[in-house]
Amino acid sequence: MAISLSVNQVSKAYRSGGQSLTVLHDINFEIEEASTAAIIGPSGSGKTTLLGLCAGLDRVTTGSIVLNGIVLDKLTEDERAGVRNRHVGFVFQNFQLLPTLTALENIMVPLELRGERNGKAKALSLLDKVGLADRGHHYPLQLSGGEQQRISIARAFSNSPKILFADEPTGNLDADTSEHIERLLFALNEDTGTTLVLVTHDPELAARTQRVIRMKGGAILSDTPTQTGNS
Amino acid sequence: MQPSPYHTGLAWLVKMAWRDSRRNRSRLFLFVSSIIIGIAALVAIYSFGDNLEKDIDNQAATLIGADLVLHTNRILTDEGEAIVDSIRQLSQSVSEEQQFASMVMFQRNGGTRLVQVRALGGDFPYYGELETIPQAAGTAFRQGQQALVDKTLMLQFDAQVGDSIKVGSVSFAIAGILQRAPGQNGISTSVAPAVFIPLADLPATGLNQKGSRINYDYYFQFDGRVDADALVSELDSILEIQRIDSETIASQKRETGRSFADMNNFLSLVGFVALLLGCIGVSSAIHIYIKEKLHSIAILRCLGATALQAFLIYLIQVLGIGFLGSLIGALLGTLIQQLLPIVFRDFLPVSISSEISWWSIAQGVGLGIWISVLFALLPLIRIRNFTPLNTLRVSLDIPHITRDKWSWMVYGLIILFIFGYAFLQLDGLVETLTFTAGVVAAFLLLYAAANLLISLVRRFFPASWSYLWRQGLSNLFRPNNQTAILVVAIGLGTAFIALLFLVQHMLIARVTLSSSENQPNMVLFDIQSAQRADVARLVRDQQLPVLDEVPIITVQLEAINGITADDARRDSTLEVSRRALGGELRVTYREQLSDSEKITAGKWVGRVNEGSPAIVSLETDYAERIRVKIGDSLLFNVQGVRVPAVVGSFREVDWNRVQTNFRLIFPVGVIDHAPQFHVLMTRVPDEATSARIQQAVVQQFPNVSIIDLGLILSILDEILEKIGFVIRFMGGFSILTGFVVLIASVMISKYQRMRENVLLRTMGASRRQLLAITALEYLFLGLIASFVGVFLALIGSWALAVFSFEVPFAPDIVTMALLLVSVTASTVIIGLLNSRGVINRPPLEILRRDS
Repeated sequence: MAISLSVNQVSKAYRSGGQSLTVLHDINFEIEEASTAAIIGPSGSGKTTLLGLCAGLDRVTTGSIVLNGIVLDKLTEDERAGVRNRHVGFVFQNFQLLPTLTALENIMVPLELRGERNGKAKALSLLDKVGLADRGHHYPLQLSGGEQQRISIARAFSNSPKILFADEPTGNLDADTSEHIERLLFALNEDTGTTLVLVTHDPELAARTQRVIRMKGGAILSDTPTQTGNS
Repeated sequence: MQPSPYHTGLAWLVKMAWRDSRRNRSRLFLFVSSIIIGIAALVAIYSFGDNLEKDIDNQAATLIGADLVLHTNRILTDEGEAIVDSIRQLSQSVSEEQQFASMVMFQRNGGTRLVQVRALGGDFPYYGELETIPQAAGTAFRQGQQALVDKTLMLQFDAQVGDSIKVGSVSFAIAGILQRAPGQNGISTSVAPAVFIPLADLPATGLNQKGSRINYDYYFQFDGRVDADALVSELDSILEIQRIDSETIASQKRETGRSFADMNNFLSLVGFVALLLGCIGVSSAIHIYIKEKLHSIAILRCLGATALQAFLIYLIQVLGIGFLGSLIGALLGTLIQQLLPIVFRDFLPVSISSEISWWSIAQGVGLGIWISVLFALLPLIRIRNFTPLNTLRVSLDIPHITRDKWSWMVYGLIILFIFGYAFLQLDGLVETLTFTAGVVAAFLLLYAAANLLISLVRRFFPASWSYLWRQGLSNLFRPNNQTAILVVAIGLGTAFIALLFLVQHMLIARVTLSSSENQPNMVLFDIQSAQRADVARLVRDQQLPVLDEVPIITVQLEAINGITADDARRDSTLEVSRRALGGELRVTYREQLSDSEKITAGKWVGRVNEGSPAIVSLETDYAERIRVKIGDSLLFNVQGVRVPAVVGSFREVDWNRVQTNFRLIFPVGVIDHAPQFHVLMTRVPDEATSARIQQAVVQQFPNVSIIDLGLILSILDEILEKIGFVIRFMGGFSILTGFVVLIASVMISKYQRMRENVLLRTMGASRRQLLAITALEYLFLGLIASFVGVFLALIGSWALAVFSFEVPFAPDIVTMALLLVSVTASTVIIGLLNSRGVINRPPLEILRRDS
């Protein structure tokens, strides 16, 4: 199977208080197309930083990341923005909807950015898929947390991404809503054949993916298939 | 692999800008409200200037009242008469006027005053009219011994139409109140209020004697066949030889237009300063806005928007609100324009129309959009550096504004823009550079003073004060505070007004000081030689001292180092002043220097023997102007007798004293017997004595004129009051902008304040305590702003006192204190009024919103 994401000898350091602070050391892994993987680990282990680098939100200090055959670290910030728009979907812990846009408009933004003409129809269909067809004209503030996350998922799938990154997608939700969101995420992932990489503290959610990358202190502690992966 | 180019166009960016502005539009409007006042000021001034230009064009004929005016200050020579006669042949009508300063007395109450007597013969004005009450008086006064008296005089002496006014030896019945005469404005009537009398009655007054200082005017009306300008250019050289000045409608139009263009440019710059203040307010507000938008920008970037797209979305918003704010400003300016003719009425020689000037509105809107974008660029360009990583965690990895080269480019553009705008108004490189440097320095100084004060407060924070005081004070340095910009805006407005008060006070004080202790404070002039002893006796009889008696002789400078006016006219390479040659000078002769004079070069010679060459002393500025050196030879025509002289010395003269000073002094022994008149100086102890001596002099010596310090002070006060009103009106725009920035700033930080207040109320703070904290915050803000403003004004006025006016620096502390209190009080009231909504909001509403 083709490789969707390849992380090669990646390290990341920040300048803090005049000193260099290395938060990721020599990270290596590959994720196959249409597979699912979870990155887990304690707070401060570097999971979110790693996710950001994989999605092209930041640059590596050393090493390289290849996303769907594109070497990210050679690209400018605007070129990486183009890659994100065409290849990547995001789901965030705190939903990250644009507060001044309606639910429908939030879903339409990635499509509009790539100049798609039938963006509205596609957004409406996604809205329907996430069960919020009647809430399209509501603003994020008028929606519950679960509803906001469903809109966020619809937006993430709107540009038919090759790979979807989710950062603690259920971290701000109650158990029932979390379950609903997880089901939706995995169902859409399966339908569209998207690669799914998620960061979570939740072992149950991680167990639903095919592979778990465990991190500690900025390094990979283990990289193992789950039962889902084995099956 | 390169990503494919984006397909989003301008339409999407506009759509996103519109969507993103939802829920923020009222706030966005608040940001831009700061420029509304500045744009309003500029549009009002531009429209006013536009209308003024048109009105001067349309009413130019009424400015001079005739097609051609010839003006001279001496009796026409035979050649002069010939010129006037030749033009008379071409004219439809001719009028003649003799005007001079003289005392008049209102016979009903004995009030006396120095006025401008205008003895008029003929039907002048041919264009416009002498506006009088009753209306018919403007023509009726010419029939028989009647006068028109300026309205300010009528008011001052409580006179009525039908009363008598004594001019010289003749009593005239007041036929009407003069409201306006061609070319006159409020300022000119303050300095020299006019009394019109028929020219035919002038000889009977006895005021036009030989030696009297009379100006002669000849007004010509032509039919359409005579071109006045062509005629003047044809007669130009002969008029110059005869020392006759000319004015035509076109020349008057040019001159009036030029002087009012200067005034308009000055006013535009004052309005521009208010606009700049507003723009700093916009920049500061957009900075907070963009900071709050950091998250949305990061999401957009995360979804694939480029830095340019994100930047453009917010730039479009600024463009939109800039347009809206400018449009509102322009509309407001068009309304304010209706007020300007009232504000400037004392300076205007024409009546001003108030038509809508679309060009001015377009200029205002264009300027508003451009300047709001320019100043918003500083915070906007930071968007480029916002990383999409902010969706995952707050990244503070944004280069400081001073480390971004684009920021420096924007700063450069702003300074270039200020320079360019000033250059268009001032039309001179040095003036433009001075203005630009002045504006930048004033802003930096205010900004530095504000920051210094704030950091001092932080450093020496009064930890022992009660909680309410500490909280109010610490609100000044809350995150996203706008303390510095508010201090700059309110401080600059305060500085404007304070400086104006201080300068006005200083100028008045200078005149008052000039006549302190034993200095003369009353001058009697135009005393004929035969009257000299009698006038002095009259003064002494009133128990007043004769402090000085000075003879004055009118002479004409005919040649400098042998070069005459004719030589200079023929050869322009000759290094002499053409204007000085042939010009009249009023000189004196004396043996000693007065205590207001100091020799700066050469040697003072006070007396020469008869027949020896006259060694004269020149005032330094005059010597420089006519370009002569010590030892140069001069030739004077003293009432028909040629008197050679040598430049013996240069003098520095203190012109501030109420006493006679001269540009040129002869030694005793040369022109002592020439026809002359005399000036006598005395000191009156009080107003009653002043009125008594003036009455006595006017009754016994009607040709003698009097100036007393009281008159000078009242004229100065009146003029300064009129100028002051205009400057206060314009300075008011800056203060108003300051308050709008204050209101906007309160509104912008409303949500943040609401949350704080809710937390405080949850912890048990009462509404009164919240009000007290808010009031204290604005009290400190108002105090700092007005203190900085007054402080700067004090520094400015000190510099003016020491370096320009050369008077002791004695600021009017009481006025400054009152100003400080009123600006602070206004700040507190505006702050409290706008915070009501924040304080009165129920806590649950905010908590629910946060949850």
